[in-house]
Amino acid sequence: MTPPPGSLLTAENLRKAYGPTLALDGAGFSIHPGEVVAVMGPSGSGKSTLLHCLAGIVPPDSGSILYDGADLATMSDARRSALRRSDFGFVFQFGQLVPELTCVENVALPLRLNGTSRKEAERAALAWMQRLEVDDIGRKRPGEVSGGQGQRVAVARALVTEPRVLFADEPTGALDSLNGERVMELLTDAARSTSAAVVLVTHEARVAAYSDREIVVRDGKSRDMERAV
Amino acid sequence: MSIGHTLLGLLESGPRHGYDLKRAFDEKFGHDRPLHYGQVYSTMSRLLKNGLVEVDGIEPGGGPERKRYAITDAGVTDVQTWLATPEKPEPYLQSTLYTKVVLALLTRRDAADILDTQRAEHLRLMRILTDRKRKGDLADQLICDHALFHLEADLRWLELTAARLDKLAEVVVK
Ligand SMILES: Nc1ncnc2c1ncn2[C@@H]1O[C@H](COP(=O)(O)OP(=O)(O)O)[C@@H](O)[C@H]1O
Ligand SMILES: [Mg+2]
Repeated sequence: MTPPPGSLLTAENLRKAYGPTLALDGAGFSIHPGEVVAVMGPSGSGKSTLLHCLAGIVPPDSGSILYDGADLATMSDARRSALRRSDFGFVFQFGQLVPELTCVENVALPLRLNGTSRKEAERAALAWMQRLEVDDIGRKRPGEVSGGQGQRVAVARALVTEPRVLFADEPTGALDSLNGERVMELLTDAARSTSAAVVLVTHEARVAAYSDREIVVRDGKSRDMERAV
Repeated sequence: MSIGHTLLGLLESGPRHGYDLKRAFDEKFGHDRPLHYGQVYSTMSRLLKNGLVEVDGIEPGGGPERKRYAITDAGVTDVQTWLATPEKPEPYLQSTLYTKVVLALLTRRDAADILDTQRAEHLRLMRILTDRKRKGDLADQLICDHALFHLEADLRWLELTAARLDKLAEVVVK
């Protein structure tokens, strides 16, 4: 497979079955550094499965995934996990913060796991929390903050390692529109400032409107609307 | 909504008389406002003049309602272009979009494709408004939000319709 010139992450012809369910049926994807691409489509169409394959979390049954010239499918598990920690960031709809840790400890966690000292990690964590306007709740635990605040903490945690690709699966799905939009503004601003590529899974058009372009997934097949029109 | 394109689309499945066209139109699209005969005949004479339909036969007895119309190749191309071109996003589009989807199903074209193309067009405008909102003051934000919510409502309708295409096809193509 030859990826489009300049692309950071490219997938072709992905198939993935769960028992009798064909979650992906020939889906493709491509993203450039600094680009925000929305993955749209109805519930159950295969959006999350596509994201999990692209991020090396779930292996596809067939098809290829090239990240920065390397094939995720043939890479060793150890190398893939290392890549996820160093190059990828993740934001999900909910349930991703460790309830026993304070917010600032949560944000610092990925750096701690990479071997950064506690002091250095928490300094960087606070800087990211400031950008996401939640530095005032650093000492609180996730159970003590609002949904919107918790989601901003999760975004800060995803960005603290300055990943080259941010994977966001319905990041505003549990928020009201005002909070959801602020999270999208902050998330896309922060990603653009570090030239991170963002894979944004959403079924909401107003969230997708923060992207540069969209692909549509239906019945496990993807359609790149820019190339289609 | 374009009556000309709709009548043309109805002719794709075979030649029809004017009164037959009116009946088909009213049944499928004219629930709240049936066509007048005058509208049918003025539309058909315009289509005839533009070469999009031709007279396929005339029943004895005279009068315009006796003409049987058939679509021409140029007419088929015209319907195709209309269906493939997304509508400019604006409020109260649903009757046009509904007509396009039903006609696509009737003529065995890809109705999901029309919806995808329209979604892309709506999103294009929503990106512009979102960007304006980000850079604007509170007044800009509120004005853009109003437009964004309307566009979103259109899109939700489109998604719902896309999810029901199989059912709609059963009802329409009977
Ligand atoms: N771990 C799993 N086990 C079994 N079926 C799954 C699993 N993950 C997803 N699926 C099925 O695959 C299809 C696609 O799911 P998913 O990718 O989550 O869709 P989406 O994110 O668009 O809602 C669905 O039919 C879903 O039920
Ligand atoms: Mg999902």
